Amino acid sequence: MAEFLTTPLGIGIYIVAQILLLVVPLLVALAFLMYADRKIWAAVQMRRGPNVVGFFGLMQSFADFLKYIVKEVVIPAGADRAVFLMAPLVSLVMALVAWAVIPFNETMVISNINVAILYVFAVSSLEVYGVIMGGWASNSKYPFLGALRSAAQMISYEVSIGLIIIGVILTTGSMNFGDIVNAQKGDYGMLNWYWLPHFPMMILFFISALAETNRPPFDLPEAESELVAGYQVEYSSTPFLLYMIGELVAVVLMCALVALLFLGGWLSPIPGLPDGMLWMFAKMGFVFFFFSMIKAITPRYRYDQLMRLGWKVFLPFSLGWVVFVAFAAKFDWFWGAYARWSVGGG
Amino acid sequence: MTVFAFYLFAISAITGGLFTVLSRQPVHSVLWLILAFLSSAGLFILLGAEFIAMLLVIVYVGAVMVLFLFVVMMLDVDFAAMKADMARYMPLGLLFGLIILMQFVMAFGAWDANAAAEGLRAQVTPTDMHNTQALGMILYDEYWLLFQLSGLILLVAMIGAIVLTMRHRTGIKRQDAITQMMRDPAKAMELKDVKPGQGL
Repeated sequence: MAEFLTTPLGIGIYIVAQILLLVVPLLVALAFLMYADRKIWAAVQMRRGPNVVGFFGLMQSFADFLKYIVKEVVIPAGADRAVFLMAPLVSLVMALVAWAVIPFNETMVISNINVAILYVFAVSSLEVYGVIMGGWASNSKYPFLGALRSAAQMISYEVSIGLIIIGVILTTGSMNFGDIVNAQKGDYGMLNWYWLPHFPMMILFFISALAETNRPPFDLPEAESELVAGYQVEYSSTPFLLYMIGELVAVVLMCALVALLFLGGWLSPIPGLPDGMLWMFAKMGFVFFFFSMIKAITPRYRYDQLMRLGWKVFLPFSLGWVVFVAFAAKFDWFWGAYARWSVGGG
Repeated sequence: MTVFAFYLFAISAITGGLFTVLSRQPVHSVLWLILAFLSSAGLFILLGAEFIAMLLVIVYVGAVMVLFLFVVMMLDVDFAAMKADMARYMPLGLLFGLIILMQFVMAFGAWDANAAAEGLRAQVTPTDMHNTQALGMILYDEYWLLFQLSGLILLVAMIGAIVLTMRHRTGIKRQDAITQMMRDPAKAMELKDVKPGQGL
């Protein structure tokens, strides 16, 4: 068995098994996160939410899943068939491949690469293609408008996400998630995490993540009151389902990123308690709860407000923060809170 | 494994490049070009230059090609006219292509690589650091002046683009976010307690 795993075929099977071990629980968890999302939303609005299928409606997402896949796939007559069907796939695959470098504890990661954070950034910058391709291939006005909006929105907020990530990289001295989390380790538990020194950036990252994943209040590409459903108008059945799953996977990925970059990943918040995977999941759930709450309590932004916020508020602020972090790390301000290089690159 | 990955990326890069040229629909061309870029990023990773690979994906695929796709989607291209022109310029294009191909064949056919140069090629970065770090050292220590100059050139280009496209139109209604935020809620709206069954 051990020899077999060193042959090319063995390595291939081993990697596929690892991928399945990640993707299958992720997708199952997604079904329940979708349910949690709807329940939280309903609770804020004093409704009951899904409560019919299974106990307390727990099976609602699976019922929806079945409903989507048995429906007919409608392709508009003027659509570019190949691109039309590829777009939801691009959206889903790009959201899933980013998980390859997300660690859940010290050792549980499919690919532990040096430039992990850049990889996640690169892949999440490709997610916009799913939306643009879908909007264009539908050959219809509303999807096209939605796609144009989305392209502008996602590029704008990617810039500030990149700058915020640079601040974290400067403090750690490494782009590896393991190094980033280990640099947040210390005697004071959660006070050692990056949320304290990088506090404004955590808020900015969270808001940019909302914009990057097209969640309310920045769901302008699919604003129902203006664009019907934006780039998703012409989609039905399984392709629509793929879009929905892709969007939610991207949201959970952003939760994982916030947990890793600012909330100490798998580290325990209280000194003395053991670190472990459960902390990582708890933190992701915590961030996801805020994602849902914001969906329920904020009204949608106007398009010019969105662009103004991205370019005139977030960009200068995060750029200024990079300069500040660079000085603080170089000259060892604040008792070395910004220079934790001993763990990382050096 | 590496050989397999190399041929996979190489073939998809060449296919992408080929269909970028052959595709009749400009949007398809851009999508094929994206495939070519992604495959070349894969080739960079095989060379051990993972930082360059990620930058290629972030900058070219994630930003430049999105804007490119944006523009191409908005274009109203007349394909019939393009095809008519194609026949006219074909001989000239073939001639130039042939000349460049001949030059390449002559250059590489006569190229005898020095053994010392081969050794240099194998060891691009020092073994004791990541190539990200090595690149940073070279860029910010040795070539900092060139780095600053290239930043300045980009700044000039950016200012130029803004100056060329900025228009100040008068007589239109504008949204001013600051004054909108500074409005007093008490003056902007009135809250009424509506009793059930009575109305206002």
